[in-house]
Amino acid sequence: MNAAVLSADLAYWAQSLLRVLGGLVAVLLPAGTIVYLFLFKMMSFMQSRLGPMEAGPYGSMQLFAEVGKWLQKEDIYPARADKFLFKIAPLIVLASTFLLVAVVPFGPDAWFTDFEAGVFYMLAVSSVSVLGILIAGWSSANKYSLLGGLRAAGQLIAYELPMVLAVVGVVIQAGTMNMQGIVVAQNAGSMFGWDGLGNPYVLTQFVGFVIFMIAVQAELTQTPFDMPIAESELVSGYMTEYSGFRFLIFFIGEFATAGVFSMIASVLFLGGWAVPFSWFGWTNLNDIDNWMNVAGPLILFTKMVVLSFIIMWVRFSFPRFREDQLQRFAWKVLIPVSLVNIMLTAIFKVAF
Amino acid sequence: MAKPKVPGLFKGLGVTFGTLMRTATEGSNTIQYPHEKETPPVRARGVIALHEGNCTSCMLCARSCPDWCIYIEGHKELAPPRRAGGSPRKVNKLDRFDIDYALCMYCGICVEVCPFDALFWSPEYEYSEPRIADLLHDKSKLGEWMETVPEAPELEAGADKKGKK
Repeated sequence: MNAAVLSADLAYWAQSLLRVLGGLVAVLLPAGTIVYLFLFKMMSFMQSRLGPMEAGPYGSMQLFAEVGKWLQKEDIYPARADKFLFKIAPLIVLASTFLLVAVVPFGPDAWFTDFEAGVFYMLAVSSVSVLGILIAGWSSANKYSLLGGLRAAGQLIAYELPMVLAVVGVVIQAGTMNMQGIVVAQNAGSMFGWDGLGNPYVLTQFVGFVIFMIAVQAELTQTPFDMPIAESELVSGYMTEYSGFRFLIFFIGEFATAGVFSMIASVLFLGGWAVPFSWFGWTNLNDIDNWMNVAGPLILFTKMVVLSFIIMWVRFSFPRFREDQLQRFAWKVLIPVSLVNIMLTAIFKVAF
Repeated sequence: MAKPKVPGLFKGLGVTFGTLMRTATEGSNTIQYPHEKETPPVRARGVIALHEGNCTSCMLCARSCPDWCIYIEGHKELAPPRRAGGSPRKVNKLDRFDIDYALCMYCGICVEVCPFDALFWSPEYEYSEPRIADLLHDKSKLGEWMETVPEAPELEAGADKKGKK
């Protein structure tokens, strides 16, 4: 790995500042895009209506209006709530998102940390949000919140497993846990000697990709898996008592995590920020021209939009699972299938 | 040959995506309300108009109203006799006729029950008020709604003509 060109000549504090700013952009920009493009517009169009149209051209400023509204609201907490836990719960959820984005590579030199065990770290950190949700459900002193929090904990832990197992196939095939290494392995690779497309793992690990996306859907508590916030049963689940700024943090956390998980999925399965190296005659990471540091984030962003389109599309199309159906699906379908997938991947890895 | 069966999951995705494309190409089913307005159907139940001249303050509407939202007060007056030398007629004079639209549930029983055709449905619907008390429409305001009442539809062929033969 070569040193980060963009920040190599900068002092440590300047590098840190750049990373914080970059992290903010990398978390908030996908969240804003997903909320406006998909939650506001695509959902409306799928229901044959136009969605917000008044704030800005085609309602594009609606999100700012909403944020302004939330910021003005009173910061209410229930009288019998555990105030300290109640206040930090949304921050834990959001912190998990920020920690996740730290290992995503955006370009040959554009990354926040170059972490050898990146995949392992990503899977570990993504389950921190369970703590935040469980704390939110418990500290609200509300039956609905508690039920929602417990449902969320059960669901998130159940779907953590297929997610881990689905990623194992990719790790076996790439031979590395470094996210940057996985990107390079996909784009420097070839399929049966033809390297025009590299070797995106969505082709060889298609089962893993599908399982990963289903698990992501469940991790994000998006609709087919939204028992934790089932509004017809639990008011709003663990978010019931939250309002104003704290609800906004939960809201940003939900959609920013959708964006970050889409980015991770595109890194693991769709080739990440890179184009197939054979297009420009590159062979490894050091050959890559500097302009990829600008183009890379854009390519990754495009792939992120496509994947979150699928997540949101599924969300707007399907009704909610029942709690037992959800658990049965995770333990009896996804986990056995991903175990078989790992076994087959390992056999092929050894055979070829 | 039967069509190949598409799994329900993909069919569902197809429905939402089809609606998405239809909305994008042909426009939505909704309209942008304050900028463009839908014309309600001619006989829509928007607001009740009062033709004051027909009202005899018989109180049928007020008594049949399930919400008790019609308030009527009246008194008797002497009117000149029809024929010369006759005794003066007694007529009911309407002092107050209010409908409280904060209470009204738009059932239309008052319009049905009125024996003298004093109440009419109008399709007008834009009369919301910032203050709830302003939803109490008095005699003159109910009379203004008469201008918006559409013409009665043609009677069916062979129907009994209402009113004087």
